[in-house]
Amino acid sequence: MKPIIEVTELSKAYGDNVVLKNISVDIDSKEVVVVIGPSGSGKSTFLRCLNLLEEPTGGNIAIEGKSLMDKSTSITKIRTEVGMVFQQFNLFPHLKVLDNITLGPIQIRKWPAQKAKSKAMELLDKVGLADKANAFPASLSGGQSQRVAIARALAMEPKIMLFDEPTSALDPEMVGEVLAVMKELAKEGMTMVVVTHEMGFAREVGDRVIFMEQGYIVEQGTPEQIFERPQQERTKAFLSKVL
Amino acid sequence: MDFRFDIIWDYAPLLLKGTLYTIAISISSILLGSILGLGVSFGKMSSRRFLRWPMQSYVNFFRGTPLLVQIYIVHFGLIPLLYGKTNALIAAITALSLNAAAYTAEIYRAGIQSIDKGQMEAAKSLGMTHAQAMRFVILPQAIRRMIPAFGNEFIVLVKDSSLVALITAPEIMYWSNAMKAQYIRVWEPYLAAAFIYFVLTYFLSKLLAAVERKV
Ligand SMILES: Nc1ncnc2c1ncn2[C@@H]1O[C@H](COP(=O)(O)OP(=O)(O)OP(=O)(O)O)[C@@H](O)[C@H]1O
Ligand SMILES: [Mg+2]
Repeated sequence: MKPIIEVTELSKAYGDNVVLKNISVDIDSKEVVVVIGPSGSGKSTFLRCLNLLEEPTGGNIAIEGKSLMDKSTSITKIRTEVGMVFQQFNLFPHLKVLDNITLGPIQIRKWPAQKAKSKAMELLDKVGLADKANAFPASLSGGQSQRVAIARALAMEPKIMLFDEPTSALDPEMVGEVLAVMKELAKEGMTMVVVTHEMGFAREVGDRVIFMEQGYIVEQGTPEQIFERPQQERTKAFLSKVL
Repeated sequence: MDFRFDIIWDYAPLLLKGTLYTIAISISSILLGSILGLGVSFGKMSSRRFLRWPMQSYVNFFRGTPLLVQIYIVHFGLIPLLYGKTNALIAAITALSLNAAAYTAEIYRAGIQSIDKGQMEAAKSLGMTHAQAMRFVILPQAIRRMIPAFGNEFIVLVKDSSLVALITAPEIMYWSNAMKAQYIRVWEPYLAAAFIYFVLTYFLSKLLAAVERKV
């Protein structure tokens, strides 16, 4: 089957600072890809190129065979298929939890309010927060906020989910609850690209681990290959620091 | 010095009428100015230079020249050009609205830019267009933060509206001037005007504080 995401010689520069250098990678439907690497290596930039929050300076990205660089491709349409979860949650603070989740389906997908609401309640139930439907984001803990953010992204019924360090802003005791939701999602067959420092999650849930450094993909393989038998010196050096 | 309340009493109906005009002129101008200002601020923040440059110049002009000059230009220039004759009331509202638009544009810009950029990114990542993100995510949050600055601008506008007496718009200051001319007295007409403006701005600031508490 054709990969759901095809990245070909992707590059990204901010002025003279080349942050991504000829990245090529294909990701299959239902695959869980974990991206690891030191700070500043370009992990976030790579992820943000996949839904065009950052505009690549070269190369190509295709999602379900449609090139994002093609002028005729609707970027907003593509984004409805590619959900994203941010390190800082980015919940909409002026809206109740329920309205955070239904906003997209109602305004973008044009669902009737009732349908959006029952979908939202179903998702809140799934992330264990059905009782918070009428709370405002300010009253939630970090772990709860991130679970709502995941529910909000899922409400659009995306085919792909991107996670940019979803647990890095959380107190340690809340990391588990968010990872559990992500694990569940992986089990259901969601295509996921996850930037994380949670090596346990990478090992357990990842189908593939990509190690990035200085804008390059240095090495990639199964968690087993990367964690047990890394081939590159730089991968070994990085892992020795984080494991 | 004797203070003749009786002449203020004589003029009370006209001062009251003037006060209603001041209120009407101020409310129309802040409303029109706010709507116009939103457009100006979007133009100013646009990535397109052909929108940004004219809107930046607009703001620079209205903030960099005296309001009285703007009122004269509108009254003696713009309105006759458009209508074929002068009209003090229309000129007053037009000039004050154009002026308020420049100042409110800056309020919108500051308010919008004070919203964390993660909000726009989250909205876009859901698939919203820029306009949808503005309407449903950015503006509802930004407007709350803008309320104090808007209140301030509204109060300034009420006071500045006294300048339109100079083009014979029949508001508070116009009738004070008339009173002064009729009785050749200084204190009564101007203290009466000052008192009315003070009461207006005082209640306006109380009202705005209540609105601020509510949202
Ligand atoms: N908007 C920007 N303007 C200029 N430079 C940027 C911008 N965003 C990122 N960079 C630069 O690009 C490089 C890669 O950043 P990126 O955020 O992708 O790294 P990262 O691997 O996600 O790091 P971290 O683990 O700290 O999140 C860094 O050197 C960063 O300074
Ligand atoms: Mg990052």
